[in-house]
Amino acid sequence: MAGTDPIHQFVIQDIFPIHLGGDGAADHGMNFSFTNSSLFMVLTVAAITTFVVAASAKKSLVPSRFQLAGELLYEFVANMLRSSAGKEGMKFFPFVFSLFTFVLFANLFGMIPYFFTVTSHIIVTIALAVLVMAVVIGYGFFRHGFKFLKLFVPAGVPAYVLPIVVPIEIISFLSRPISLSVRLFGNILAGHITLKVFAGFVVSLGTLGALGWLGALLPLLMTVALTALEFLVAAVQAYVFAVLTSMYLNDAVHPSH
Amino acid sequence: MVTQAFAQEAVTPTEENLDNAIDATHTAPAPGATGHDDPTAGTHATTEAHGDAGHSDVFPPFDPATFPSQLLWLALSFAALYLLMSKVALPRMGSILDDRKARIDADIAAAEASQQKTDAAIAAYEAALAEAKNNARAIATAASDASKAELDGKRKAVEADLAAKVSAAEARIATTKTAAMTHVDEIAAETAQTVVTQLVGDIPGDSVRAAVAKASKE
Repeated sequence: MAGTDPIHQFVIQDIFPIHLGGDGAADHGMNFSFTNSSLFMVLTVAAITTFVVAASAKKSLVPSRFQLAGELLYEFVANMLRSSAGKEGMKFFPFVFSLFTFVLFANLFGMIPYFFTVTSHIIVTIALAVLVMAVVIGYGFFRHGFKFLKLFVPAGVPAYVLPIVVPIEIISFLSRPISLSVRLFGNILAGHITLKVFAGFVVSLGTLGALGWLGALLPLLMTVALTALEFLVAAVQAYVFAVLTSMYLNDAVHPSH
Repeated sequence: MVTQAFAQEAVTPTEENLDNAIDATHTAPAPGATGHDDPTAGTHATTEAHGDAGHSDVFPPFDPATFPSQLLWLALSFAALYLLMSKVALPRMGSILDDRKARIDADIAAAEASQQKTDAAIAAYEAALAEAKNNARAIATAASDASKAELDGKRKAVEADLAAKVSAAEARIATTKTAAMTHVDEIAAETAQTVVTQLVGDIPGDSVRAAVAKASKE
């Protein structure tokens, strides 16, 4: 339906309806249905697990190409976290690895036509960002107690500047989950809409006959270029999300900066 | 702009009912401007479509009705991913890398040990070689010294021998000479006596001798 509708790709449809509360009707109570979004979350997890487990299956000393791909992914995330949060931050490695691969695979799944893009919904990216901040705050207080609040008091700043600096630090800290989630959501959403719009031009112009076919060539080229760009965005946004997570975790590990 | 939006909303029902005819209906009013108006048209159309399909009339990513489901399944799938990664996948991958690192470190250590052994062997060989050279030099020096000494000894003996012989010969010559010299006067006296006898007859031997002595003294 609606072949050129750029918003349709974001519609969530129930696959196995689960409605809690209310009278059981679809429009009442809370909708916990297994949807197309849920399906692609599960597929993302399955794909990541299959990839990493299969890549590490043979445990060969001299890796095959497939094993090397898994090792590169592992070392890439490990180096990223180690360089941001140091050795002590490595206890969060499974967390950061899960976040990075989840966002990366979800973004890349979204690049396949007819596939749902999990990260194009703000609630998902907000949930991930809030999870990151919860881990940062939780671990920060657990590890350092009230010394964690030093995070908001930069060392070496004169006392009379503190009334200005501390609120700024607090605001910047509080805005982190918003920027973290909106950046990912916005990039993926905008990219997919743009892609669909240009692809829609191709279809619309294509129905106009010979002249239309000629006219459709331009948006087609644009679509091809945008597809490449969106693959880049998919990877870069996953990387940005993971790098920022590593840096925020560094604050939790070493709050006095 | 307002009229266009109106026109497109009017088009919408057609779009839903006749999927195949969408583009025809869309493009009919203003073929040239279609390209630019499409996104807006789409947005409007979707809003309508969702209302009909039982979803709330909002942009799908901002539809709160889908939040519980998404949060629940995100929590479940991310928790599953975290557990699978932290308990199964990453330890496996980590063990591969650790094993390789351990193996490489062990191999490097073994190579270094071998290298040290080689260095030690080379040093020992060189020390032995130097010692042997010193020994050889000492032996050669000793041998040449010994032969030189022996040679010197022999030469000195020969020289001494020769010197003795020379002095003996000189002594003999000297005695012979002195003997000869002692006989010279006698021979000269006898010869002179004989000559004088032949010339003048007998003369006393004593006067002849005195004359010879006188002559040989002159």
